[in-house]
Amino acid sequence: MFIGTVKTRVGEIKKVSTRLNKEDILGAIKVRWRIGRTHYKVDPGLYAVGNPDDTSDVFVTANYRLSFDHLRKNLDGINAWILVLDTKGINVWCAAGKGTFGTAELVNRIRATRLKEIIKHRRIIVPQLGASGVSAYQVKALTSPKNAFKTIYSGNASVYFQSESSSLGIDRGFTVVFGPVRAADIKAFITNGYKSTEAMRKVTFNFYDRLKLVPVDFVYSFTKLLVALAVVFILSGINTHGFNINQALHKGLVSAYYILSAYITGIILTPALLPYIPVRMFAFKGMITGLVLSSVFTAFSSLGSTALETVAWFMLISAISSFMAMNFTGSSTITSLSGVKKEMKIFVPIQIVLASGGLILMVLSNLVVLK
Amino acid sequence: MQDMVYIKNVVTLQLDQSNCNGCSMCIKVCPRNVFRLIDYKAHIVSRDHCIECGACALNCQSRAITVISGKGCGCATGIIEGYFNGGKSECSCSRC
Repeated sequence: MFIGTVKTRVGEIKKVSTRLNKEDILGAIKVRWRIGRTHYKVDPGLYAVGNPDDTSDVFVTANYRLSFDHLRKNLDGINAWILVLDTKGINVWCAAGKGTFGTAELVNRIRATRLKEIIKHRRIIVPQLGASGVSAYQVKALTSPKNAFKTIYSGNASVYFQSESSSLGIDRGFTVVFGPVRAADIKAFITNGYKSTEAMRKVTFNFYDRLKLVPVDFVYSFTKLLVALAVVFILSGINTHGFNINQALHKGLVSAYYILSAYITGIILTPALLPYIPVRMFAFKGMITGLVLSSVFTAFSSLGSTALETVAWFMLISAISSFMAMNFTGSSTITSLSGVKKEMKIFVPIQIVLASGGLILMVLSNLVVLK
Repeated sequence: MQDMVYIKNVVTLQLDQSNCNGCSMCIKVCPRNVFRLIDYKAHIVSRDHCIECGACALNCQSRAITVISGKGCGCATGIIEGYFNGGKSECSCSRC
């Protein structure tokens, strides 16, 4: 990644390549599957691409390695500085939501890297999705010396900044220019006079956007799957004589198949079909796909050996699929917190009733059948 | 394809036009094209597209915009984990 250094008046700054090598690409695949994710960081600070000088642009990003790699890849052929904020290895959008990609960190990082001494201009380009953490006018105020002794409230945190004695004489604060949502639009953004077009400002959520998050969701909820499998395995073995291991193995295997199908329906199929399921709430979408799956099972094979068991599986499958789909709200780019709270108020009780009811019926069906 | 819209009539976004100075910062930061500038004043043109990310309110120098639950986008996992951890923040989960 590093290809030498660039000399500045505050010392040498590491220069990074704009070409991703095999390791970078392999790292991206691994991080999407959550393998060793916590270590996928870049050190916060200033980096160079090309041969930047004191008139070059400054692009701000998070210290999540994928964000950083994505930015430098799209700066190919440009001489620029990259200012990496400490977001604890989290991407710009999520970190802005959590507040780590924020006004305070940006102002601190500008000071820590002595950016004022490296560049003559006072413009920094922040990705637009960082705007829920970065307040442009507050950055301006906090980095201009005349306002240096001020306490500014940003969100919940009160941030205090000490005076900076500017070595450059008359100074002004940094102007934050919000760049495009996608790094791929940076060159077009520059050609457009450092302005984003309407298309550049919009977040997309197309088929590929939805599916590339599936592996993370899948691995994230893997433990939940294991717990669910263990529970049905144990419950499958209960009969009038107590617990029978053979029955547990036999029925448990079928149960595992149903549960895995419900899980995949909620976590892969529902996100893939998201815009085509004609209801708005994600939990409702998942419940519908779960019911469809149960119906398909009933039509083409048999969902359980008794009517009671069939009803139990209808309830369990739709509960699981609904719950998994509900958790996709966080991966989507279209949900509001108020909306998610509303759907949870309605659907979490339904999911609990369906899941517990399904489990009770499942046990009951075992007891009734063997009598 | 058309933009997907989530649940209607739930977002807490409020715009007090009398305070708006027409700087159009809200338009520049909104990832969902919720605002439009008409006669030097911001207008909410697609309220149901709002995801309450809070970018507009944070960047509105004249404090004309408020949005109550804005920190990132709505995430059930975050709410659930926050509930079990007793955390106040709605965006604190290990997933994102």
